[in-house]
Amino acid sequence: MKKIEILGPGCPKCNALTENVKKALQETNQTAELVKITDIKDMIAKGVMFTPGLIIDGKIVKQGKTLSVDQIKELIKGK
Amino acid sequence: MNKEWKIFGWLGGIFLVAYFLPLGNPNVTNAIYEAFRLLQWYVREHTLACVVPAMFIAGGIATFLSQASVMRYLGPKSNRFLAYSVASVSGCILAVCSCSVLPMFAGIYTMGAGLGPASAFLYSGPAINVMAIFLSARVLGFEIGLARAVLSIGFAFVIGLIMAAVFWRSEAKRNEIALAMPEPPKSTRSLWKTTLFFAGMIFFLVFSDWYNTNDVTIAMKDGSAITANIRYTTKDTLDIQEYNAQGKLVLDVRRLNKADIIETKPVPSFTMTVHHYKWHLAGLMGLAILLMTWKWFSREEIREWMQATWDFGKMIVPLLFGGVFITGFIGALIPEKYVASLVGGNSFFANFFASVIGAMWYFATLTEIPITETLMRLGMGKGPALALLLAGPALSVPSMFVIYKIIGFKKTAMFVVLVVGFSTAAGILFGAFVK
Repeated sequence: MKKIEILGPGCPKCNALTENVKKALQETNQTAELVKITDIKDMIAKGVMFTPGLIIDGKIVKQGKTLSVDQIKELIKGK
Repeated sequence: MNKEWKIFGWLGGIFLVAYFLPLGNPNVTNAIYEAFRLLQWYVREHTLACVVPAMFIAGGIATFLSQASVMRYLGPKSNRFLAYSVASVSGCILAVCSCSVLPMFAGIYTMGAGLGPASAFLYSGPAINVMAIFLSARVLGFEIGLARAVLSIGFAFVIGLIMAAVFWRSEAKRNEIALAMPEPPKSTRSLWKTTLFFAGMIFFLVFSDWYNTNDVTIAMKDGSAITANIRYTTKDTLDIQEYNAQGKLVLDVRRLNKADIIETKPVPSFTMTVHHYKWHLAGLMGLAILLMTWKWFSREEIREWMQATWDFGKMIVPLLFGGVFITGFIGALIPEKYVASLVGGNSFFANFFASVIGAMWYFATLTEIPITETLMRLGMGKGPALALLLAGPALSVPSMFVIYKIIGFKKTAMFVVLVVGFSTAAGILFGAFVK
């Protein structure tokens, strides 16, 4: 199963990203293990310093920006 | 679940306030009136000319200037002087909320340029964004706005250097993990176009916020003429401070009835000439911005810019309006003498007290401004007001806990002491200087 990690200390943008990821999963009929990382030390350890950050299967795909549902669909498609 | 509890908390809170609010009490009735009056003042005087354009700028900054490009100067091998300079002014460039400052601080500290620049960034990041500086200058007076901007940058630099000097031992030992920098996206525009675009927006704000000296000559119906500074205007009255024969302001405020006045004329000066044409000049800037946007930016970029602006609006407007309303309400209930006895005048205690409160209290973005304005009306001195603004946004008790987890007790304590110390000193000097 795919593992999606969302990194952010809980600002509105990070919550928006979480919502978008959930929606994208739902609309593409996929399931994934969703992990929220809110501790700043853990975020840095993963190499993310711009919030919100998005990690899919251990790879940083985006940081510092809230991706839209369509953009996320593109990222999780067919993997 | 968490979200539902939050909603329940809000509803419950509103219920309790509505249930127990002693409406018959004249103080409370007056406070409600004051809350609406202050909110109206902000909405009428500051929202369209200042907050809204500033939101577009903040949105533009978030979209067109990448955080990653700033971070390039804050990597482990970057030039020291450049790292400190960039960290100190980055608050202006980044326009980030405090929740994104802390992760970036942690990143610069553990993987980037180290404690010094990280501390400089931590201090300047939340303190000097475009919105805060223009709104401070507009609401609290030009001197305070300028002092806030200049001193925030200066302090960031110096605090960063001191932190690095004091803790040089642990600096040397710090493990060097290379910072995985996200590639800065290829810019589609040359630098001068981006610069010109932002310059246009900043100048729009400079003109739309142009300072009104409020110095007027008043011709009275009894034939006398008064040269004075207008403090406050209502529908029927005018609160003024007169200028005496030596051209100094008299401290007592006098209230005139508008019925007794034939006309008021601004005292001519360069500032007032520009003020007279400020909307023409701002309009010109607005047209230039439209033209640049149309010529140089793609549809997609403009859409992203508008989205970012809207995100800022959603975040800031409720906080600001809510903050103003609550400040107006509480401000009317606090006795003037109480405020004046704690932070009036320009004593060491007043400045120190304002700095400590500022460092501990959590100010939601921009709300430090209405709070300071209300306190000043209740008798807070200009020095302590500046001290509060300098110590306020950079620190709060919640943020101290996060910083403590990242850099440990000693460094956090040092940072707090430096911020409070410098803010107090700046308050004392500023208070002595502008009096």
